[in-house]
Amino acid sequence: MASTERLLLSGNEAVALASLHAGVRLGTGYPGTPSTEILEAFSLIGGPAQWSPNEKVALEVALGVSFAGGRTLVTMKHVGVNVAADPLFTAAYIDLTGGLVLISADDPGMASSQNEQDNRHYARAAIVPMLEPSDSQEAYDFTLAAFELSERWRVPVILRMTTRICHAKTEVIPGEPRPSDMEPHFERDIPGRVMIPAYARPAHHKVRAKMEEIARWNEESGLNRIYPGDKSLGIIASGISVMHAREAAPDATVLALGLTWPLPMQMITDFVNSVDRCIVIEEGDHLLYEALTVAGLRVEGKPEMYRFSELNVSRVRRIIAGDVSPEAPRPRGKPPELCQGCSHREVFEALSRLDCIVSGDIGCYTLGVLPPFEAMDTCVCMGAAIGVGLGLRHVLPEAEARRVVSVIGDSTFVHSGLTGIAEMVYNPPPTGHVVLIVDNSTTAMTGRQEHPGTGRSLNHEPTNRMDFVAVCKAMGVKNVEVVDPQKDEAKFEEVLKDMMARDELSVLIAERPCILAAPLIRKLEKAEEEKRCAGSCAAAPVE
Amino acid sequence: MAVTNVVLAGLGGQGVVKASDLLSTTAFSSGLQVKKSEVHGMSQRGGSVTTDVRFGKQVLSPMVPMGEADFLMVFESSQVDINLGWLRPGGVLITPDLIPEGELKNRKSLNVALLGAASMVMDFSEQEWVAAIHHCFPPKLHAVNEHAFALGRKLGAELSRPEVIEGV
Repeated sequence: MASTERLLLSGNEAVALASLHAGVRLGTGYPGTPSTEILEAFSLIGGPAQWSPNEKVALEVALGVSFAGGRTLVTMKHVGVNVAADPLFTAAYIDLTGGLVLISADDPGMASSQNEQDNRHYARAAIVPMLEPSDSQEAYDFTLAAFELSERWRVPVILRMTTRICHAKTEVIPGEPRPSDMEPHFERDIPGRVMIPAYARPAHHKVRAKMEEIARWNEESGLNRIYPGDKSLGIIASGISVMHAREAAPDATVLALGLTWPLPMQMITDFVNSVDRCIVIEEGDHLLYEALTVAGLRVEGKPEMYRFSELNVSRVRRIIAGDVSPEAPRPRGKPPELCQGCSHREVFEALSRLDCIVSGDIGCYTLGVLPPFEAMDTCVCMGAAIGVGLGLRHVLPEAEARRVVSVIGDSTFVHSGLTGIAEMVYNPPPTGHVVLIVDNSTTAMTGRQEHPGTGRSLNHEPTNRMDFVAVCKAMGVKNVEVVDPQKDEAKFEEVLKDMMARDELSVLIAERPCILAAPLIRKLEKAEEEKRCAGSCAAAPVE
Repeated sequence: MAVTNVVLAGLGGQGVVKASDLLSTTAFSSGLQVKKSEVHGMSQRGGSVTTDVRFGKQVLSPMVPMGEADFLMVFESSQVDINLGWLRPGGVLITPDLIPEGELKNRKSLNVALLGAASMVMDFSEQEWVAAIHHCFPPKLHAVNEHAFALGRKLGAELSRPEVIEGV
């Protein structure tokens, strides 16, 4: 690729291009706004990419790639890192081989999420370096830097992005490809990779020492930069806040941190001492402010009200001015709704008519909580529908317990519903339970991605299909039925009612393709059928 | 540091994001710096959608500050009032009323028609816009969108440019 080429790329596309240029051997992840397009874009430009059933598995697969000496990219949204946290915290202790970069795509302001957790905490808690780009060019540059950092210190590296980095398009001038020269191979390293206490104890000391080294290196890493300006006001910022701050205070001197953990404390100290007043502009929690204050630096933070939602130029102007007067409310538009023709509509109408207590989950169908349905009573995290539903069943009086139904989507069921079924079979409530899988043959909310239940891989090629009916039966669920809630609306309600009346364990699969995904699914199925036919015709003996 | 701010607003499924791609591509290929910001996911399921496009010699934040849009393009009448706060005094408001029902072969190309109207008061050549249409749509949709764009240019001929207001 020519180095003078100007491209207009989203942050997600920039990470994908950099991963291709870094020679990533395998990209893994689970779809989640605002991270989803990274792996899709990577696959489109020729990178090997696959969806995993969830983020934990994605990171584990990536660790295997790293142990084999390959570079690997793992993508997920902020709450996905919670799912991947178990392997992440121990991966930090392990001497990695191939570079491993984990993308955490945070959603401050919650455009499409159930919380606005600030994943900068993970760098500190898991002891891993973190990079935070402020535009697509830095998303490209920092991804390449992250792979090199990961290989040099043999640690996983988190590239933390936010909605306004992932889904903002800005100019990128790509460089030459910089793949690793390592060829995949297996090298045994038992104390380095087998985390039993005897090996993990020294490993903890080792990773702390690595972080000290990286902190020293970060003083001159070139990943943090100063935009010179008037010395009366200094601003320290990272990620998108750099851009808001430079626009809100065009005359200020700005320290833009790129490698934000471990911090380059000497550089920051010198910066603070070089300006009359120094203010930390950070989106989310007061993490940077707290770290600098603990180090004894005289910096100002932001008023508590700005912890909530995302920052923008107007809010940064207010922070600098110390304005804590109430903010004008943002225009409230029309709320989202289930598409016309979506079969979740019939499902929630039935749940509403049967006066169910609905333990819900994450996906398009969460919109069943809004009018006209108002047919969802709980929604916590991926997979929670089943466990929460069981807890309700165990403790509610019988008449109410019987009304409890767990509603979970197909992709969510694969993601973290299976362990819920195991719990249900192992600890059945006295009234039994009903799990309703709303199977629309796609991961609809994030933009129609494939999953193990669709029988197609990330790039829509056919692969093995996980059979929900067989899985539920094999796990020990007594009644398993499949009904199309749109075609057989009356039957759907009848089966649901019948299941609720029994003291048994039941799974009802409401199966009908998402109305937005249906045309593509039909096309793919037709193509597969033609391929099969062509194959069998060619194989037929010629008389 | 003159930056042009455009906010595009409508409902999920109306092609708001597509229109913002078209505008960004046009501005970017004319050599300007461009930043474009939008949100995906749940917010796009039939609900209100806005995207911000900013272009100029140097653009910093990808988001248009409230009350600073030079252009507010709204694709659905019900969304005009709630989005008026984006527009700066003297800014240009473009609404679907500009394109009468029945004038378009396919109402789905309203997004491109409204951009055609806006193009009359922006500084890009017709060729740059058409090249962007070719870049952003598959070949079978070129004709219908070029038609919509041309219709928009005709109906937008009366629009006036954003006023420069001192101190704003």
